[in-house]
Amino acid sequence: MESILKIEGLSKHFLLYDQNKLIPSCANVDLSVHAGQLTALVGPTGAGKSSVLKCVYRTYLPSGGRILYRDAGGHRIDLAQASEHHMLQLRHAEIGFVTQFLHCLPRKSALDVVAEPLITRGEHREAAQAKARELLALLNVPERLWAVPPATFSGGEKQRVNLARGLIARPRLLLLDEPTASLDPATTDRVVDLLQSIKHEGVAMLAIFHHPDLVRRLGDRVIELAPPVAVSDILETCAS
Amino acid sequence: MKKILEVRNLTKIHGRGCPQCIDSTGPEADTNICPHCGSVVAAHGVSFDLHAGEILGIMGESGSGKSTVVKTLYFDDAPSAGEAIVFDEARQWNLFSLNAAEQRWLRNHRLGMVYQNPHLGLNFNVSAGGNIAERLLMSDLSHYGEIRERARRLLERTEVLPERMDESPKKFSGGMQQRVQIAKALATQPPLLYLDEVTTGLDLSVQARILDLILEIQQELNTAMIVVTHDLGVIRLLAGRTIVMKYGRIIESGLTDQILEDPQHAYTQRLVASAL
Ligand SMILES: Nc1ncnc2c1ncn2[C@@H]1O[C@H](COP(=O)(O)OP(=O)(O)OP(=O)(O)O)[C@@H](O)[C@H]1O
Ligand SMILES: Nc1ncnc2c1ncn2[C@@H]1O[C@H](COP(=O)(O)OP(=O)(O)OP(=O)(O)O)[C@@H](O)[C@H]1O
Ligand SMILES: [Mg+2]
Ligand SMILES: [Mg+2]
Ligand SMILES: [Zn+2]
Repeated sequence: MESILKIEGLSKHFLLYDQNKLIPSCANVDLSVHAGQLTALVGPTGAGKSSVLKCVYRTYLPSGGRILYRDAGGHRIDLAQASEHHMLQLRHAEIGFVTQFLHCLPRKSALDVVAEPLITRGEHREAAQAKARELLALLNVPERLWAVPPATFSGGEKQRVNLARGLIARPRLLLLDEPTASLDPATTDRVVDLLQSIKHEGVAMLAIFHHPDLVRRLGDRVIELAPPVAVSDILETCAS
Repeated sequence: MKKILEVRNLTKIHGRGCPQCIDSTGPEADTNICPHCGSVVAAHGVSFDLHAGEILGIMGESGSGKSTVVKTLYFDDAPSAGEAIVFDEARQWNLFSLNAAEQRWLRNHRLGMVYQNPHLGLNFNVSAGGNIAERLLMSDLSHYGEIRERARRLLERTEVLPERMDESPKKFSGGMQQRVQIAKALATQPPLLYLDEVTTGLDLSVQARILDLILEIQQELNTAMIVVTHDLGVIRLLAGRTIVMKYGRIIESGLTDQILEDPQHAYTQRLVASAL
């Protein structure tokens, strides 16, 4: 089966001018993600897991390597080279990203926050809100909160709203960065069921999970990342 | 996505200028004042595209040329060189080769501007409703009742109480004045809107509501916008792409989250770090 995403030799480092530092973040990452399957990124803190997701989404500019994405029309695009407008269009229509944190407008109700991705894709407000209600219920967000802006929600409530928003539009490729980090076990189980069903619908996922148990339950492929060697260490090795 | 604006090599020099102005100013020279002739190179070589319904942010320190860019694109200021094309439904407008009448037509029908200083965007000698009526009159509407109804609806949409429609905006709060300005700018439903520091100086909660309003309108009307601000929070909330300016030049541009989380240029890194 042909992959939806194929990453070849991806590397990322940060050059911080004020500190005069080169910070390596990930190096030589190879992986693939297939329709209806989940590829899990694992590794110790600082191994560059989040950086890989952010490079795919272009929140970080990759330093090297290729990020080959097959779009809905069957075209192969190197996301490391795609234009800004192309990237925005893919984010809008095909690639979703759920992080740990919810950024949203102060006045929008939780229901509208969740429904919005469908509305901007042209779905009717009523239909979008109906789906949003379904998802919020499924994720155990108490109904009394639906009409309230999430700014005042607890961390776990915010995270569930964030997940619902990220999952509602069924992107072709879904990037997940610890989406269950602050959820209780019962809600986590619901999230797992939901992600399973989304997988069955054919969504391809590249995910980071806090808990090894989730990797076991959801992962079809597991990619282990090791922290990249610091530049100063490389220089020392060369010198000795 | 349809392109609505194309800007190429926009340059604005204040002063008589000399052959060395360009080479002796900019980020490398660490100044926008030409040491040979004293002219100010407010903008040079500014190029970008804007698509329909897109919000582009322009950030940079005070004096970097942000307002200069939108002012020239709104005919508030004449550029020294460069080209800008507005792609309208039926035709293209070559902004810098239009005559005065054509400029006025475009300003009144297809463009909108909201200034930081409400004095620039509003006429304080007439009522809030009158301000909007003025703009509607300059476009095509001429029926009194229709104009008044449109003005009322616009003020309602921007959350200005209709009962205050007949008062002068002079007495309004800063946030309300900005709402009237936004209503006025939107009166003709322009496909292209410039916002220059529209929330600067307002209370945080007032800012948040204005930003909400701007986003709602952008989604309703699919208005393309250029948002000028030194406030990175505003950029993050509104803009999909962002341009960073220093001493009149674009030093970096990219998707907004990339500019804020992975800035490539030392200057941008400093701007972002100092905003945390
Ligand atoms: N925007 C950034 N600027 C500078 N350095 C960064 C940036 N983002 C990540 N890094 C660095 O890159 C390395 C990898 O970070 P990353 O967040 O990708 O790791 P991670 O595997 O997701 O870790 P964790 O499990 O703790 O979330 C770290 O050394 C980090 O400090
Ligand atoms: N009429 C003028 N005559 C001379 N210099 C001018 C004139 N108008 C603007 N300038 C200069 O041009 C440069 C760019 O000004 P501009 O107003 O575009 O900056 P800005 O980035 O909008 O700054 P701010 O954030 O303070 O609003 C500044 O150095 C300014 O002093
Ligand atoms: Mg991480
Ligand atoms: Mg300015
Ligand atoms: Zn000079």
